[in-house]
Amino acid sequence: MTRVAVLKGGRSLERRVSLSSGARVEDALERLGHDVVAIDVGADLLDRLRDASCEIAFIALHGPGGEDGTVQELLEVLEIPYTGSGVGACARCSDKVTAKHVLRDAGLPTPDWVAFSEAALRELGAGNALGAIAQRLEFPLVVKPASHGSSLGIKFARSAADIPAALVAALSYDHKVLLERHVEGRELAISVLERPGGEPEALPIVEAIPREQDFYDFAARYDIGRTTFQCPAQLDAPLAARPQEIALAAYAVLGCYGFARVDMILAHDGEPQILELNPIPGLTETSLLPQAADAAGVDFDELVERIVESARVRSLQTR
Amino acid sequence: MRGADGTMSVEGDKRRRPPRSTAHELERYGALFAARTGRMRSSAMRDLLVITERPEVISLAGGLPDTTLFEPELLRSLLADVASSSAAQALQYGPTEGLEAVKECIVELMAAEGMPVATDEVIVTTGGQQAIDLVCKTLLDPGDIVIAEGPTYPGAVPAFCAYEAELIQIEMDSDGMQIDLLEQTLDALASDGRRPKFIYTIPTFQNPAGVSMSLPRRRRLVDLARERELLVLEDNPYSMLRYEGDPLPTLRSLEVPRGSRDGGDFVIYTGTMSKILSPGIRVGWVVAPRPVLAKINLGKQAADLCSSSLTQYFVASYFANTDWRDYIDLVRDRYRRRRDAMLDALATYLPAEASWTHPGGGLFIWVTLPEYIDTTDLLARALRENVAFVPGEAAFDDGRGHSSMRLNFSSSSEERIREGVLRIGKIINEQVALYRSLTGDRVPDRPQDVAVDDASMAAVVSLRQRAERPRKRSHEL
Repeated sequence: MTRVAVLKGGRSLERRVSLSSGARVEDALERLGHDVVAIDVGADLLDRLRDASCEIAFIALHGPGGEDGTVQELLEVLEIPYTGSGVGACARCSDKVTAKHVLRDAGLPTPDWVAFSEAALRELGAGNALGAIAQRLEFPLVVKPASHGSSLGIKFARSAADIPAALVAALSYDHKVLLERHVEGRELAISVLERPGGEPEALPIVEAIPREQDFYDFAARYDIGRTTFQCPAQLDAPLAARPQEIALAAYAVLGCYGFARVDMILAHDGEPQILELNPIPGLTETSLLPQAADAAGVDFDELVERIVESARVRSLQTR
Repeated sequence: MRGADGTMSVEGDKRRRPPRSTAHELERYGALFAARTGRMRSSAMRDLLVITERPEVISLAGGLPDTTLFEPELLRSLLADVASSSAAQALQYGPTEGLEAVKECIVELMAAEGMPVATDEVIVTTGGQQAIDLVCKTLLDPGDIVIAEGPTYPGAVPAFCAYEAELIQIEMDSDGMQIDLLEQTLDALASDGRRPKFIYTIPTFQNPAGVSMSLPRRRRLVDLARERELLVLEDNPYSMLRYEGDPLPTLRSLEVPRGSRDGGDFVIYTGTMSKILSPGIRVGWVVAPRPVLAKINLGKQAADLCSSSLTQYFVASYFANTDWRDYIDLVRDRYRRRRDAMLDALATYLPAEASWTHPGGGLFIWVTLPEYIDTTDLLARALRENVAFVPGEAAFDDGRGHSSMRLNFSSSSEERIREGVLRIGKIINEQVALYRSLTGDRVPDRPQDVAVDDASMAAVVSLRQRAERPRKRSHEL
């Protein structure tokens, strides 16, 4: 039996998903016979962690604060072993721009993009260059805040006229935004999970199939019932191997650990293009990582146990 | 710290229940869900509003009455009265249609607003929300049409969706629903051989727009209902929360002449104790043409047998032992000051590009921003500054409302209202400036100064006139 603190909630915009992930993890940990302390992360986190005197922290936080290395850093200082990727990997993944640079430098495919900070737009007049940039990337473009893993703040720009409003929206979420070339193709999510023994494996691919035709509507994807998730995705064997290879390579080059989810587009030319990595993907009933694990014969309890075990292994290695 | 020997077997004995397979769960429940649940949607916006529950957030999002005005001592004595005089009955089931004593209170309230009604025309419901649900349950088959205002009460949209209705929303202006547009819509539907099952409206101090339907439009709507034999659901939670001007007759009072004891033919009326007494007691009511009322009664039997006897006895005791007008005076005075504080703050802190309504009563102000600002994204930004509102998209079922928002002024102190609007205004000003710099527009000099001048006029000129001023202070909803 291990005393595990489950960190959940927090004040990120993904609070609700996180509470749901956390509750599910707590149930699994209890079924597995662990001693569970649930912590809704707030300003008193440090005290709560000290009071909990836990052996391992299970981080079920999504979005800024939990997924960007902040909580991980604190746990390092407190010398509490924790689940999932370390500080550096979290920081790299949670900033889509940094992640794309790392991927591209490593020769991994990711759609062309241009990133701006709010300061550059306001003070350097970068706005004047938007037209030229948009022409180079070609429409339609996807405008995204650099942080955040959910669909919030992501807009399509079909023409130059759409860009200013899309930038205003994206800058509501982060000081940094990116304009990315939109790649048409199939939307795939590949979850990676550490094997007991320490070798990461790519789980079966999940494909997101929008039910309605308007795939420019990101809100539709968020609504349960408006997108169908197929797992395993129906891909011919040679077609499926490449996304999984690339997911594992991205996981490695960004320095992820334990588990992660790699979102990509399988372009019509058959080449996958990585959109982003989620160092702490959702663990709710409808989340993609648990579905993929299930398809690989790893039920939710085993998934949780493997994640906890990988945290324990890392803490022994670094000791 | 424990070592590597602490590994747990997945098949350990301590497992309390078997783990459930994710894919199976989804498939199993997916196959069991009724088709109508597909229309019940979650949304990103709802996730955002979860954060407003945190105490440091100034929430202008809810629609909460301020229950701190109700004297705890009065609550104690009324509950003591219920306990000593009718404990057994208060703990018992009651009649589906509600306690006679409560229906008499409702008759008194409706009479005070010019609506003669008999107790056997009233069904007590579990809040006004249940009245909406029961009317839907009684009238709607999948695919039926409901007409409502655009924007409409955000809490009614899920009710219409749950019964798989098709919602058509008619644009409003400062005089409420545009009845000529309604007629055009009805004509267009009729040429397709279709008609709405009912028209849902909040004619007075509408949620979320804060405006009231003008008297000529009220008359026209009642005439239309009569001419075309259409049912109108008149939702009237706010009319007693009037801060200025003279009362307007309800649709029901226009349909049923004063002194008449005949029920109306086409207006279903719903009221609530939530805004004039307490939302926590969940007591509302519905008055409807008798054949409709009979079906609503059957629907209510299935829904909950009866509304809470305990809170109904509380209501009866409240009306018997106090003058209900006193409490309304108290809340009205407080809400009026809060409304004024919010109107002042909006005029001070919002840029020239924003416009908003001037509610003569009720709980809400509807603010419209330039179309390039999406209020769901704005909410995400506002939450970083610990302030919240309801994005306009919640008040539509058709994707409109993205640049509008609903602000509530009843549940926050004047100080917090000012602070909240200041924070929202600061963000909007930044976004307007950013947009202008991106599109090459000139940023105006200190728009706030002009806004203050306009605010002094806001109370005396009508929305229409103000809309014609060079600095647009209101708008077509």
